[in-house]
Amino acid sequence: MKKFSMKKLFSFLFNRKHSNMTISYGIVVLMYLIIEVLIKTNNLSYLLTSLLVPTCCYIIVALALNLVVGFSGDLSLGHAAFMGIGAFVGSAISNYVYSLVPNIALRVIVAILAGSIISGIFGYLISIPVLKLSGDYLAIVTLAFCQIVKSLLNNIYLGFDDSGIHFSFINQNFTLDGGKMLINGPVGSTGNTKFSNFTVAIIMVLFTLFIVFNLINSKYGRAIKASRDNKIAASSIGIDVIKAKTLCFVVSSILAGGAGALYALNYTTLSVAKFDFNLSIMILVYVVLGGLGNIPGTIVATTILVLLPELLRSLSDYRMIAYALVLIMIMLISNNETIKNSFNSLIGIFKRKDQNNA
Amino acid sequence: MPEKKLVLQANKLGIDFGGLTAVNNFNFKIYEGEICGLIGPNGAGKTTIFNLLTKVYEASRGEIVLNDKVLSKVSTFEVNKLGIARTFQNIRLFNQMSVEENVLTAMNNDTDYSLFDSFFRTKKFYDQENQKHEKAMELLRIFNLDKDADSLASSLPYGGQRRLEIARALATNPSLLLLDEPAAGMNESETLELMNTIKKVRDTFNIAILLIEHDMKFVMGICERITVLNYGQILAVGTPEEIKNNPKVIEAYLGGA
Repeated sequence: MKKFSMKKLFSFLFNRKHSNMTISYGIVVLMYLIIEVLIKTNNLSYLLTSLLVPTCCYIIVALALNLVVGFSGDLSLGHAAFMGIGAFVGSAISNYVYSLVPNIALRVIVAILAGSIISGIFGYLISIPVLKLSGDYLAIVTLAFCQIVKSLLNNIYLGFDDSGIHFSFINQNFTLDGGKMLINGPVGSTGNTKFSNFTVAIIMVLFTLFIVFNLINSKYGRAIKASRDNKIAASSIGIDVIKAKTLCFVVSSILAGGAGALYALNYTTLSVAKFDFNLSIMILVYVVLGGLGNIPGTIVATTILVLLPELLRSLSDYRMIAYALVLIMIMLISNNETIKNSFNSLIGIFKRKDQNNA
Repeated sequence: MPEKKLVLQANKLGIDFGGLTAVNNFNFKIYEGEICGLIGPNGAGKTTIFNLLTKVYEASRGEIVLNDKVLSKVSTFEVNKLGIARTFQNIRLFNQMSVEENVLTAMNNDTDYSLFDSFFRTKKFYDQENQKHEKAMELLRIFNLDKDADSLASSLPYGGQRRLEIARALATNPSLLLLDEPAAGMNESETLELMNTIKKVRDTFNIAILLIEHDMKFVMGICERITVLNYGQILAVGTPEEIKNNPKVIEAYLGGA
């Protein structure tokens, strides 16, 4: 039998292959524990409590976008649309099955699954034209996709009553007989019940990490990274570049859709205006500042940048200026040679320990 | 001597770019276990022929027969599955990936675990990953890269990157290996080492190797048969000895006197 030792466990958790995973899962679990303690001891303000689930949603979308931007190397500006699709499908489904499925947990799962799957289907359909392009063109087309989805969602009137489902693209030209409006055009979805809580959100984040890491550290992940690094070389060794990129894009849209559904379940009202171009850019900012292809970095950057505007609320009018300053500072610091070197030497200490143990 | 298996045959291959005929009437045969050279002045169409064979370009005329099968319209990545692997004139590695990952990626097509296996880390996943790891390390050992397996491909010295590219091409189990200037930019001792490695590769894997090279010492020292190309046409074919003494070749290289 293998003898258990802390040293061995330590070197297993922090070797080159596993350190990213350990740190990512560690950060999430630690955050959860700290926040749970704060909630239990009533030390968390109402504002921060209300931000917990959205923060988790943004972390999931940022991780999903990092798959596309960081690992597949394609700049997508359409992830707000996937989140929007997930959100509206999730909220509609959860309202529709309200009386059918009495169990809350089951209802949440059904809503999130539905949001993910529908978003994934859209992700696949949009990937067919989009992945024939690259660089700026790809960004422009995904941006257009985002706007189209927003306009479509703005004009959907969907409701149900005892006689069945009513749907219109023009205006609310149907009357409901005791049923409920699921999506009411630009007004969005109103009068929902809040289902999601912080624990569900954290489980979703952990699940996303699980999917992302297991995808990246497999032959599929290697094909995706190879297609990013050198398309010509990748196809010369038998990799179907389009297929690899499609897989990455679809997984990413599924995760973003799930995050959208989770987001929708956290609010009593949901409007389309939320899922616009600005949201896409914001998520991209989280990913870029967290580091392309850097998963723990994405988690940390998203958390900080979502909470920052709220923490800077005391500055009132100067809030956005301070936010911009922080962004610039992060960019300067993360590109500073001295800081980088000291960080690398810190990693070097870990590595040396690793070698000594081996 | 038993007859050797024909690996690749090109019949009257040709391609035009607009009005320019880059390659014309290219006939070529290569057998199992043979090392052939393709030489010629700059712009003679050597790399174009590699691109034709790997279907980067679709030929305007002629046909390619690989392992008794005519290559019809297929994509570049499918050509590799059929048995042609290549390296590039300007090195094309996966720079952000480790040396071992570069080789592992090339083995993707004989790894058959599914997406399900990789998400849920089944036994099949671990078995195949471990098996590929062993195989990759074995290949890297041949090219003397096993010590750098964990470092980034871009951090290797130039010669190492060239060797890694060959190792990666070999990892796809090709029956024909195309090497585009493998010794370019190497010093004399590195070139000598590379020659021995290529011979060793041929002997262990028993594959056909076609190489483009400007270093005459290298070409003459390693190739059993050389094809000389000029202005997209075959100028001469023969053993190194014959080519060395062919007046037409000397003229093409030194310019008409």
